[in-house]
Parts: sequence; C-alpha cells; structure tokens
Amino acid sequence: MTTTTHEDHNEEDHHDHKPQGFLNRWVYSTNHKDIGTLYLVFALLMFFIGGAMAMIIRAELFMPGMQLVQPEFFNQMTTVHALVMVFGAVMPAFVGFANWMIPLMIGAPDMALPRMNNWSFWILPFAFTMLVSTLFMDGGAPAGGWTLYPPLVLQTGDSFIFAMFAIHMLGISSIMGAINVIATILNMRAPGMTLLRMPLFVWTWLITAFLLIAVMPVLAGAVTMLITDRFFLTSFFNAAGGGDPVLFQHIFWFFGHPEVYIMILPAFGIISEIIPTFARKPLFGYTSMVYATASIAFLSFIVWAHHMFTVGMPLGAEIYFMLATMMISIPTGVKVFNWIATMWRGSMTFETPMLFALGFVVLFTIGGFSGLMLAIVPADFQYHDTYFVVAHFHYVLVTGSVFALMAGTYYWLPKWTGHMYNERLGKWHFWLSVVFVNVLFFPQHYLGLAGMPRRIPDYSPQFADFNMLSSIGGFAFGLTQLMFVYIVWKCARGGETATAQVWEGAKGLEWTVPSPAPFHTFETPPKIDDSVVAHGDHM
Amino acid sequence: MADQQVDQQARRKAVQRKANRRTLRRLILISIGMFGFGFAMWPLYEIFCDVTGFGGRGVQEVAAKDIQHYQDQREITMRFDATVNSGLNWQFEAVDSAKTVQLGKLSVASYTSINISDEPVIGHAVFNVAPPEASLYFVKTECFCFTEQLLLAGEKKDMPVTYYISPDLPADIESITLSYTFFKNIPATLAYNQTAKKETSKQLNPITLTTNDTRARGE
Repeated sequence: MTTTTHEDHNEEDHHDHKPQGFLNRWVYSTNHKDIGTLYLVFALLMFFIGGAMAMIIRAELFMPGMQLVQPEFFNQMTTVHALVMVFGAVMPAFVGFANWMIPLMIGAPDMALPRMNNWSFWILPFAFTMLVSTLFMDGGAPAGGWTLYPPLVLQTGDSFIFAMFAIHMLGISSIMGAINVIATILNMRAPGMTLLRMPLFVWTWLITAFLLIAVMPVLAGAVTMLITDRFFLTSFFNAAGGGDPVLFQHIFWFFGHPEVYIMILPAFGIISEIIPTFARKPLFGYTSMVYATASIAFLSFIVWAHHMFTVGMPLGAEIYFMLATMMISIPTGVKVFNWIATMWRGSMTFETPMLFALGFVVLFTIGGFSGLMLAIVPADFQYHDTYFVVAHFHYVLVTGSVFALMAGTYYWLPKWTGHMYNERLGKWHFWLSVVFVNVLFFPQHYLGLAGMPRRIPDYSPQFADFNMLSSIGGFAFGLTQLMFVYIVWKCARGGETATAQVWEGAKGLEWTVPSPAPFHTFETPPKIDDSVVAHGDHM
Repeated sequence: MADQQVDQQARRKAVQRKANRRTLRRLILISIGMFGFGFAMWPLYEIFCDVTGFGGRGVQEVAAKDIQHYQDQREITMRFDATVNSGLNWQFEAVDSAKTVQLGKLSVASYTSINISDEPVIGHAVFNVAPPEASLYFVKTECFCFTEQLLLAGEKKDMPVTYYISPDLPADIESITLSYTFFKNIPATLAYNQTAKKETSKQLNPITLTTNDTRARGE
C-alpha cells in the first residue's frame, strides 16, 4: 500500500482490520483494546474463583464448631482467596482499564510497547494455573496467610515452590504492565495534552505504575530470600542461623503498604471521572487531586511498620509510624471533600455508574476511618489480627476498589460494546450489592472489637449471631454478583445502541470516538482543545 | 500537502519509538535497582538493630576482669525466659523465673537443659532482651550461648550466664527480660553423630571378631 492510497482511505475504512481467527485475534494480540478485554475477562474469572473460596470461608464460619472443611483447608482458603483476589482480580482489572482507557484518554493510537503488553497479560493465566493447582498438591496450598510470614510459610509442603514462582511471575507481569503505562503516558500523548490536562484516571495510573515499579521488585526480593532460606540453607529469616523473621515483615510491608495504594489509586481515578459526568460539573480542585494522589503515593513508602506494631519496636518508631499513618488521612480527605464539592449544586442524575461511585465515596470513607482507628498504636494492640482488620480492609477493597471497578465497567461498557446495558438491572445490582456488602462486612467490626481472631475456622459461641449475619450477607452478595455477569454478557450481545458521547455530561477524548470504539483509534493524533479535555485547571 | 503530513507522522512515530525504548530501559534499571534494594534491607536492618539494641543486638560480650564495679546502685527485677524450638527434643528451663539484681554488679542466671531424646544432639541458643533499648546496657561475661552445646542422650547440664547491667540504664526501665531459645544445630549434630559412628565401628570390629571366635570355639 502506497502512502497516497493510505491517505485516500476514509478514517472509518481501516478501523476494523481485526486479525482473523481466535489465535491471531486474542493470543497474538498487540491491540490495547483486545488486551484490555482479556485482562478484564480474566479478572472477572478470578473474582469468581476467589469469591468461591470466600463462600467456603463464610460457610464454615456460619456456625461455631467445625462443620464443612478441615482447619488446614480453611487456612488454605483464606490464603489463596487473598492471593487470587489481590493479584488475580483487582490488580489485573485495573490494568485492563488502563489498557482500554489510557490510550483513548490521551489520544494515543495504542500502548507504547504493544508486544510487551501481550506478554504481560499472557503470563497471568499460567501463573494462576500454577497457584491454584497447589490446592491439589500433597500437603495442599500455602496456608500461612497471603503475607507469607516465615517461619510458618517455610513449613508449606511441596506447593511452596510453585506458589513462590507464581508470585514471581505475577511480579514480572505487573512490572511490565507498569512500564508500559508509564511509557505510554510520558511519550504517547497527543500534542496539546499536557500533563496537567490529563484525565485524573490517567494521572492516578501514572502514579500507581511508579509504585508498582518501586515495590514489586522488593516483593520479588523477599520471595527470593524465602526460597533460598528453604532450599539453600541461607538464614535471612531463620533465627537459629542468626537471621530474623521480623526482617521479613519489614520487607514484605515495604511492598505491602504501597501495594494497597496500587489497588486504590486507580479507583480514585475512576471515581474522579464518573462524579463530574453525572454531576454535570467539572471536577472540583483538579490540581489538588493530582497533588493529593502524589502525596498518598509518597506517604505509602514511609508508613509500612503500622502493619506490625505488635511485633515489638522501639517506642519512638511506634509513635513515628502512627503519626505518619494518620497523615495519610489529609490527602485522602482532600479527595473526599473534592468529590463532595464536585457534586455540590450539580445537576445530578443517578445512573448505575454514579450509584456505585456514591457507594464508593461513603463506604470507602468508612474503611478509611477504621484504618485511622487501626493506626492508633495502643488501640491497635487490641485490634491486631482480629476481624476488625478484616472488616477494615474489605471496606477499602470491596466497597472501595471493587465498587470502583463496577462503577467504571458500567460507565465505559457502552463505549466498549456499543450498547447500553440494562439500566433497571444495573440499579438492582447496585442496591442488592450495597445492602448485602454491609450485612457481610459491618458485623465483622463488632466481632473484631469483641476479640474474634482472624484466620481461625472455629470460634466461641458468643460470636455466633454476628457471624451468621455476616455469612448470610456474604452468600447474598456473592449471588448478586452473578447479576453483574449477566448484565455485562447481555450488553456485549446487544441492546440499545450507544451514542459516541453515551452520557450527557461526559467530557474527554474517549467520548469523541464512536461506540463501540473502533479497533484502531487516534492513528492521527486528535486536536486537543478545551472542549474535549475532561478536566484541567484552566476551567 | 498530504505527503508532508504523512512525513510528519512518520517522523513523530520514529521519535516516539525512540522515547519508548529509552523509557523502557530506564524503568527496567529502576526495577533491577529496587530488587537490589529488597536485599539491601537486610544490612539496613542490621544497622537498625545495632543502633536500637533491637533483637538483643546491643548486648556486649566482655571478659570478667574488664568489668568496672559500682557500689550502692538501684535494684531492678530480672526476668528469665526459656524456650525450645520445636525441632529440638530438649527440656530447657530457667532455675528462677525472676530475681532482684543490683546495677553495676556481676550476677549469675542459671538455666538447665536436659536432652530427653535418645541420641546426642548439639544445640545452639539465641537470646533476646526486652525492652530492646535495655540491651544497650547489658553486658555478658560468660554465656552458654557463646558456644555450641553438646548433650548426650539423657544428659542434664547446668547452663549459667554471668551478666552485668550498666548503672547508666535509663531510670524508666525497672525490669528486664532475658530470653533464650534453643535451636537444634542440624549440620553440627549430623557431623557429630557420623564421626561418633565411625569411631565406634572402628573400636567394635576387633570385638566382633573375638565374639565370633568364642562362638566358633563353643561349637
């Protein structure tokens, strides 16, 4: 094809040059939209695998006493549930959103490194096949908790090395995904899309990607040390050989705390896109949102030891980690107030994405407050390793990250599929989810304050009522999520045709391309002017 | 006009490609650096322990003759804790669970251990001091933890620790816990049992011959 004929073609003509055949289209894919879809479908599958494990946990905890499973298996469930949900569901789902939306939002034709993009996705199915297969090995899957603390984790059976290699692979995948996001955002922006005109979702992902690059290798280091301790007689964490198991906790949480922000910052980005759309007002305090995100990311590196107050540390260190942790509530508060100020006197409508976004703002804030309670050292000595902690991180992860993922899916689904989803079912999905997720997790606060330890398959009878309530909420919340699959599936198959803009108040480059978004977009960079920029401080 | 545009686009793409490669290289370097940082946390943690006395790291080992003695210092409570790692089949106890001692004076803490397994085992004790900052004022002149301890099957051994607490101990510390955990030294135990077996078999050989002779004669 000569350049002239190429030019003669109308834009629309070569949009749908999709590779033919399953292998070419999906396995060899280098297209950011297809890889985004792969990530999202994979994450949804993992969400249900991890969810099934959660159902087993809640079923065993339905009544005091041992009913359904062996304690060893119960511990495997809590461990693998966490690993699958963190590394298999939430993180890949956000990478899927990044793949789909970042090029569309900054006017780039694709991700910066498309072939690496393919690789970073296709590592995941293999890593998780390996991780989940440990459930069927002699001695079962790792059962020492997702935090992999030695010496307990070193007592894992044959599956130890499989789980460790799976974590190494996940790390490599995440690092490659993060490199791709950074390269795309730094180098591929359309002319005129300055950094401070980028949509907030892009900003939050840029910062998240830097967090990933900084801490995933540290986890890889910790895992490598576990492997050498187990197989090559090193004593990094072995007290008998002069090592210290507490060192592992420091290394792990140096990774672990930024990791929890890796799972929430892109959620902040999604919510910051949705609320202005349905409040029909530009985002309040755009620049302060960017700086707040950056400060949260910075603070995440200097607060890790608040996860291990009870392990013993000098008084000065406890005071420092307590105060530094509490400081995080300042930029987080800036964000929450900005969202509320965006809605203030807006012409709000309450479509499903907005409902999930509002649910996020309220319920994530509850999770934030219980986090603040846990930051208080003397109180943490009582809360540590109780159900209060479980309630806290499920509020920030389920009603935080997962609600933001649901909100983002409903928000951009018409752009992805070209069809509107069933709004009535979407609202049902929201209301059932929001009620049952609270029935599921709110009682766990009380259980924790009353002293019920986490990761224990049995409990004393005084905890029975709240546990039964929590389990009922759990089953109902789990069932409700089947609605989500149905709604997404129906929307992919057909439905009311979506316009390019989809939502009346939507602004941003992604709404200037047709729905469904063509296979190739922005091969010629778009013209950026204030009418298409989603937000920026000039408004 | 159109050609110019295409040219421009091609040039833009080439520039982007270069930039992407550069970003990729830099970010891979950062990742490798952070992998190294994970390991660097080990020496950093050692420094932290040395400075704070965490993990019993502040405890000094000094010969008894180098100790300076003080009179009429305040008294504190010493608590003694003994733990055996699950891999070691020993009984290990502190003779007294608590004792009042005077700062600036040499004192002795007594522990006893019994090997309740039916084979010789070499153990090694690891200690800790709580609160951590107290370890900076804690001096040992003699301790069973300095060396590997061999206990034959069923053997009982007294294990004293001679220690001294500096009168500079901060006034808010009124009690100190000294804790020991005994681990099995697996390689040393294996090596010991192997050499022991070799030696016994060397000694046994002539005896076996004699028994055979006796038996032969008896027939």
